[in-house]
Amino acid sequence: MIAALKDKNKYKKFIKDFKFAFYCLTHPLDGYWDLTHEKRGSVLVATVILLLVLVARLMFLGCTSFLFVQVNWSRINIFTYIASIVFPLALFVVGNWALTTLFDGKGRLMQIYTASCYSMLPYALITIPLSIVSNVLSSDFAEVVGILSTLSLVWSVILFVCSNMQIHEFSLAKTLLFIFATIIAMAIMIFILLLFFSMISEGVSYFVSIYKEIMYRVG
Amino acid sequence: MKSMKKTISFILMTAMAITVASPLTALADEGVEKGYTYTYDYWGEVQYSPDAYSVVGVYTAGVLGIEGGFKNPDGLFIKDRFVFVCDTGNNRIIQWERTDNDEFRHVRTINEIKGDVNIKNLSGPTDVFMTDDGSLYICDKGNQRILKIDKDLNFLMEYTKPNEATFDQTISFLPDKLIVDSEGRVYAVCDNVNKGIVKYERDGKFSGFFGAMPAKYSWYKYFWKRFIASDAQRRAMENFVPTEYDNIAIDSEGFFYACTINITGNDSSEEPVRRLNLLGKNILIENGYEDVIGDVQWGTFAGYNGPSLFLDVTALDNKVYVCMDKTRGRLFAYDEQGNLLYAFGGVGNIEGNFRGPVALDHMGNDLFVLDSIENSFTVFTPTEYGNLIFKALDEYDRGDYIASGETWEKVRELNGNCDLAYIGIGRSLLRQKKYGESLTYFKTKWDTDHYSKAFKRYRKEWVEKYIGWIFLAFFAVLITPLAIKRVKQIKHEIDTADIFKPGKDQEIK
Repeated sequence: MIAALKDKNKYKKFIKDFKFAFYCLTHPLDGYWDLTHEKRGSVLVATVILLLVLVARLMFLGCTSFLFVQVNWSRINIFTYIASIVFPLALFVVGNWALTTLFDGKGRLMQIYTASCYSMLPYALITIPLSIVSNVLSSDFAEVVGILSTLSLVWSVILFVCSNMQIHEFSLAKTLLFIFATIIAMAIMIFILLLFFSMISEGVSYFVSIYKEIMYRVG
Repeated sequence: MKSMKKTISFILMTAMAITVASPLTALADEGVEKGYTYTYDYWGEVQYSPDAYSVVGVYTAGVLGIEGGFKNPDGLFIKDRFVFVCDTGNNRIIQWERTDNDEFRHVRTINEIKGDVNIKNLSGPTDVFMTDDGSLYICDKGNQRILKIDKDLNFLMEYTKPNEATFDQTISFLPDKLIVDSEGRVYAVCDNVNKGIVKYERDGKFSGFFGAMPAKYSWYKYFWKRFIASDAQRRAMENFVPTEYDNIAIDSEGFFYACTINITGNDSSEEPVRRLNLLGKNILIENGYEDVIGDVQWGTFAGYNGPSLFLDVTALDNKVYVCMDKTRGRLFAYDEQGNLLYAFGGVGNIEGNFRGPVALDHMGNDLFVLDSIENSFTVFTPTEYGNLIFKALDEYDRGDYIASGETWEKVRELNGNCDLAYIGIGRSLLRQKKYGESLTYFKTKWDTDHYSKAFKRYRKEWVEKYIGWIFLAFFAVLITPLAIKRVKQIKHEIDTADIFKPGKDQEIK
């Protein structure tokens, strides 16, 4: 492990991969094609970007000037906030993979994950500096801040659609259809998960009550 | 040794007694005090506060020595030290003079008037107004007229149903509440009239409607009614008509406060209270956390639900206005900017609560609330806390910002949850050009407007103060790479210079 960290070539590769994520920002079609077909994507970089996005999300809450974002800290759960990105992402990746493999999609599970994470880079890239800079702005800049944060989301969504299109070798219409289908799949998965958890808790409580009853009779 | 043991045991006993007793006292305090006076914070959550008003007394007609008591009293009017109660069910108006804080002297009971008029008896009077010269205006609802009488009850004039096309002639003329401005013009709120407030000139001539509320409808209802519904359905549907006013008050600047209970509470564009200028335009300022709507959280406990319904409003001389909520029997005090200062009251039988509040008026800063079910009126007077808030607002209004800041500081000591105190201190500091200090106060209570104002000036000061360093840092960043590059270049030139080449050295040797 430590030997791996000391390996200079690994750093160089990491930085090269990270630079490629920036290339994808401005050349989405070309970049995401190369991501899978030229094997230029890296799961490690994708995970780092995901962490950056999470940091950006928390910084937007915690570091932005209160002129632009008012947070009721007594009502906020940080873990829910983190989960609000990670959980849908996980569901989307699994759901998208499960659907597209049935319909000629070329992307593999980790490739979908990598591409999805890469496409979230604009959000982190705009939000982190924006929350820091917002602390020296007056509320005259509320519109600018609003436009920039909207821009970060729109950019990310465009990249997201492009990435999905390129890694599966789909047409645009088919991509949009499958993203819509994936959202339905996500809803079904949530439903099944809830069902599963409630069944488990019912089952557990059944045995617990039997145990209690026996102990009551015996004792 | 023995005495020491005794001392220790005594100390222990005392400590135990204190620890046992203190939670009890704390509970007892909360049980009584909590829940009477409160305000809403930035997040719309209730923050309890010390009482701003305390009850002087509850006065029934019996207590005040009037035979027969009140019967469905509907109107309350106060002028200087005089209190008028319209005892609607008994067809009379009773006048008292407040001689002391809690003493009232019966002046007269008006149930008939003198002079050249056919109907001399009052019938269900609902409101009364007294002008500076002592003449009285009475909403004589049962007789469908507004009476003007002089101070000796001699008939002067009567205002009847306007004989004009703009006034719907099919409905009865039922004047309910009235106000007379300094020019002698009469403004009356009439039942079943939704075109606004009926206005009469000084000579008794009807001069039109005043301050009509706009008719409200949503675009989908309009679309449905206009294009989809059949004729029969259309007739059955509600009409898009303006709402009626329920009460009207005049403030010290001559503007009118008018309120209505015809609201749903679901539409943010609804205006339960309006401040009308002489053109009938709404000029109410709503800069508070919430609009002037009374309760923000409705709850559904104890059978009371729905929005606050303001049945009456009164404007104190210091630009604070108080609205009376019929739903939960509460009084809401707002400052000129529309900030909720405090809300208090409730439905119930105990002192300071009401069962059927119908009218509200003020004498100085004291508030009078008439209860038509209890057949009594309650007199409130500001507490130390309430007076401090008034004082701080007054001082700021006068331009005495330092004093205002100090007074708000005292308010803050009494109530750490008082958002206005923090903002008041901040505003005072802002006026004193202490921008950096004021920022903390605004930030604590989420006042973005003032924070932004203060921050702009603070930022300007900061930049001006450190301009030298900023330039220095800027040049340092700019020049350092150039300098390094230059040094490297010189070094390179020296290293590669012909004269230092080892070969040449050897040649020289």
